[in-house]
Amino acid sequence: MPVYYERRQLVTPGDLLAENDYFAGENTFKENGKIYATSVGLVNYEEKRVYVLALKSFYVPMVGDTVIGKVEEVTLGGWIIDIKAPHSAMLRASDALERPFKPQRDDLPSLFDVGDMIIAKIVAHDRTRDPLLTILERGLGKITRGQIIEITPTKIPRVIGKQGSMISLLKQLTRCQIAIGQNGRILVNGKTPEDERLAVMAIRKIDQEAHTTGLTDRVTEMLRKEKGEKEVLKNDAKETRKND
Amino acid sequence: MTQKKLEKMIDENDVRIDGRKLRELRPTKIEVGVLGNADGSAYIEQGKNKILAAVYGPKEAHPKHLALPDRALLRCRYHMAPFSVQERKSPAPSRRELELSKVIREALEPAIFTEYYPRTSIDLFIEVLQADGGTRCAGITVASVALADAGIPMRDLVTACAAGKVEGRLVLDLNDYEDKGGDADMPLAYMSTASAITLLQMDGNLSGKEFEQVVNLALEGCKQISQIQKEALIVKYVVAKEAETEREAEVGEE
Repeated sequence: MPVYYERRQLVTPGDLLAENDYFAGENTFKENGKIYATSVGLVNYEEKRVYVLALKSFYVPMVGDTVIGKVEEVTLGGWIIDIKAPHSAMLRASDALERPFKPQRDDLPSLFDVGDMIIAKIVAHDRTRDPLLTILERGLGKITRGQIIEITPTKIPRVIGKQGSMISLLKQLTRCQIAIGQNGRILVNGKTPEDERLAVMAIRKIDQEAHTTGLTDRVTEMLRKEKGEKEVLKNDAKETRKND
Repeated sequence: MTQKKLEKMIDENDVRIDGRKLRELRPTKIEVGVLGNADGSAYIEQGKNKILAAVYGPKEAHPKHLALPDRALLRCRYHMAPFSVQERKSPAPSRRELELSKVIREALEPAIFTEYYPRTSIDLFIEVLQADGGTRCAGITVASVALADAGIPMRDLVTACAAGKVEGRLVLDLNDYEDKGGDADMPLAYMSTASAITLLQMDGNLSGKEFEQVVNLALEGCKQISQIQKEALIVKYVVAKEAETEREAEVGEE
């Protein structure tokens, strides 16, 4: 079982990764029993599988993904939504209303207008059909407050962490509600602007350093430090007021 | 070949007009991700050549009737800036630029998994800022790096290099002066994994034996440039890694 790279080594398209006994995983392809990389990224060898963790990519829609999209256009029977993918997605009125859609009664622009942001789920998508969305599930629908940040879609798993470790840490330390779209958009909703600022800072850090190890610890440290400094400043202010 | 030769292009010590040996490439430098607004970008300096490449996509193909049902549409524009040559060049696409756009597209398309993204288009722009011979090769080289930077899955990086004959001697990577005054010039693009040649053009005259030697010489050049491409792509991320370790070291010192 020849293997040509160490784990987590950077590879470029066309690099020979392994031979024969492996399966070709993400961002690799097999030709004549040889497995090559197709993207710039970090190579990983599992027991039977080789894959490359791409460092830069674009979002490819998958059925079942939750995404954050922006209304591009209101049509007769629904909306066209930009989900940062190669194709725009379609949200049909019947997938947005809990009752049958009647064009005479239901005014679509009053539900979602051009420019509105929505959280939606992809229900259908294949080679011949543009992605189809629904918002008829818990936690989906129009976004009314908070801020949206965009990161590289491949780094979304890093923001979530192993079994959601990173995301629960972020929620806990910043006291923000965070909704993640698989298409690289993240909605941050905090009680105070300061909380939101912290959460955005942490997510930016994860985005930049996604390919390094020990990230969870560093993010914790950074958040604690930032919060600590704020506390110290507050206490200092109190002190000076007391002294006056 | 109407141009009058002013001096010998290869001296008695086998040194070429720009000080290179016969089988030596021009100094080549590639930078990745130089443009903020494009999905992927790269910049190459090969001798006096300066070329930018930018990639957009895959995105919905416009106009829609051009979209292909089974694969992505690759569109390529090779363009020379008016100031890229000695005499001002009209900015309108010339016959030559149209042809180069086509051969560059055909040289790159076999490397891209276009079948993964049906009904989309990938737009590629190659902008020659300064030209000194062999711009189609440098253009292909830098474009494939820009495609990789855009995260588009590829079978391999395509590398291109020219070789030819000057004053009866076989030389690698001709510059503009050697190209115009030489006997033959052969640009060649190559994918190493499939060991496939995706572009092969030639002007001038070569014997059958010379032809074979020149192909091998150009392939040799491609292999060297391929290393530079890979390093350029890796450096972009290693820099991020190193900055991180430095910061950690500083924190440690505190």
